[in-house]
Amino acid sequence: MLLMAIVLGGLFAGGLYLMLARSITRVLLGLVLIGHATNLLIFTAGGLVRGRPPLVPAGQTEPAAGYADPLPQALILTAIVISFALTAFTAVLVRGTYQAAGTEDSDDLRSTDT
Amino acid sequence: MKLLLVAPILIPLLTAGVTVAFWRAARFRAWCGVVGAAALLAAGGLLLAATAGGQVRTVQIGNWPAPFGITLAVDLFSALMVLITGIIGLMVAVYSLADVDIPRQRYGYFPLFHILLAGVCGAFITGDIFNLYVWFEVMLMASFLLLALGSERAQLEGAFKYVTINLISSMVFLTGVGILYGTAHTLNLADLALRVPEMMDRHGHLVRACAMLFGVCFGLKAAVFPLFFWLPASYATPPAAVSAVFAGLLTKVGVYALIRVFTLVFGSITGIYALILVVAGLTMLVGVLGAVAQFEMRRILSFHIISQIGYMIMGLGLLVSSDPGVRTLGLTAGIFYIIHHIIVKTNLFLVSGTVRQLGGTYDLRSLGGLVRAPLLSALFLIPALSLAGIPPLSGFWAKLGLIEAGFLGGQNTIVIVALLTSLLTLVSMMKIWNEVFWKPAPQDASEPAEPMAPGQWAARFIPIALLAGLTVLIGLFPAPLLTLAGRAADRLLNPAAYISAVNLHEAADAGLSTTQISEDKP
Repeated sequence: MLLMAIVLGGLFAGGLYLMLARSITRVLLGLVLIGHATNLLIFTAGGLVRGRPPLVPAGQTEPAAGYADPLPQALILTAIVISFALTAFTAVLVRGTYQAAGTEDSDDLRSTDT
Repeated sequence: MKLLLVAPILIPLLTAGVTVAFWRAARFRAWCGVVGAAALLAAGGLLLAATAGGQVRTVQIGNWPAPFGITLAVDLFSALMVLITGIIGLMVAVYSLADVDIPRQRYGYFPLFHILLAGVCGAFITGDIFNLYVWFEVMLMASFLLLALGSERAQLEGAFKYVTINLISSMVFLTGVGILYGTAHTLNLADLALRVPEMMDRHGHLVRACAMLFGVCFGLKAAVFPLFFWLPASYATPPAAVSAVFAGLLTKVGVYALIRVFTLVFGSITGIYALILVVAGLTMLVGVLGAVAQFEMRRILSFHIISQIGYMIMGLGLLVSSDPGVRTLGLTAGIFYIIHHIIVKTNLFLVSGTVRQLGGTYDLRSLGGLVRAPLLSALFLIPALSLAGIPPLSGFWAKLGLIEAGFLGGQNTIVIVALLTSLLTLVSMMKIWNEVFWKPAPQDASEPAEPMAPGQWAARFIPIALLAGLTVLIGLFPAPLLTLAGRAADRLLNPAAYISAVNLHEAADAGLSTTQISEDKP
């Protein structure tokens, strides 16, 4: 549990650090890291249980007590699929922006700001 | 009944499917898009009829008993939002026939547009917080593509900012969902409404943290202070039809989620509404001051979205009062404001697209003399004055309700801020009026565009005129909508009907219980 907390903190911090960079490619990588961190957070917050799959033994109606909750994993699966699509799109967008603007320095991408 | 409840999601998705299937037949696709939006409007009307008495209709997807499966729950507030989505969808679809150029249509404008509508409707009718996240993502994905469609430099820059900020807000949302599930062991909104108040004693800090995570995430989508910077930078870049549907619907999904979650789930946290009220005041003021400095028509309108969001959030913030009359009145006015604002703001963006068509630019300094198009001028004035809250237009009743509730609740500061913002809104609308319509055309202005083809003209003016007509109609006869909004607010403040309609007992009757999992946790 403690190990997971440290890993999560590291991932969030690393992701945030990358997002603060001026290069938009790094921003993309930061997004990916924070996405992983979020997925792991759901996993950890849902409770870490080792070696107790939620399977119903033959002849019973419920699995043995203390089984791992399968729902967070279902959530993460959904989140992974969504973030995969979004990451792919963002990667294309970064490339498109680089081609259209000729730069990947976010300081030069200010034409739509005021 | 079950089919009707899923119709607001199914119809746009089906339309998107059909428009994708007929990839090469551009004209057919365009008309298909219009027909699909009309069907969505009809479904919204039927939903409203089914819930107008205050009933809550639910359907359990896949027949999994709540809270295990995904629940769709439509109360009056949801039905109103779906109906208005249908109206905006249809109007913008018609307008797109003229405004969205053929290459963009060819690259999938109409399928994306309908997927966007599906996401918006899904967010309005879901009764499950993780499902809400999924619909947010559907909506965002479509909006990313619509924003970047065309690949002009400004569009890509705006899109990059929009995508980044929205991805962050999705992560924040997901983090909140994860922590909430970790403590409450449920994701069903009705179930959460029962459990979260019980958890306040033992896990109060976690609940507050979750509430803040949701507040930040929905606040980002709704563009409240201080999370609004992305909005003017991105909404002013795509074609007018796209920014019209964004301006009308997307931020309002954030507002809807804020209202839903902070009335149903997190209402028991002390001080939350006071915080929302402060945010509302700052949002109004900062938004309108931002607009004053702008000289680009759509940027001005974008900043006004922000300031108007403040009014809607103010309706939620007025729940700080303990007087039930003030609470209901405030929330009623907030809901009324959302409906009014969606119509008016979409219309203003549609007008701006037509101004651009006639004058060749969005820049106020090089526009002028458009009063020579008297119909357009009149159709601009109606939503513009309504936005500022001039009687007898719809905005007047919305603001009157909020201000009355504010005074009754003793929140004088926010009332003064609201009135001041209203005045500045009027100033800003008059600035557009003077610069675009009234002043003579500047010398170096581009040649007047050649007259539009009759089909083009109709596709542009019919939606604008209908929306303006709706604004006037609501302004002259506000009573029916006020009654509906009042009933919706009443149901939001007394969620017992919502919770019982979701039928959590069904699961308990079947001998299942979520507490088994939670109690066995290490």
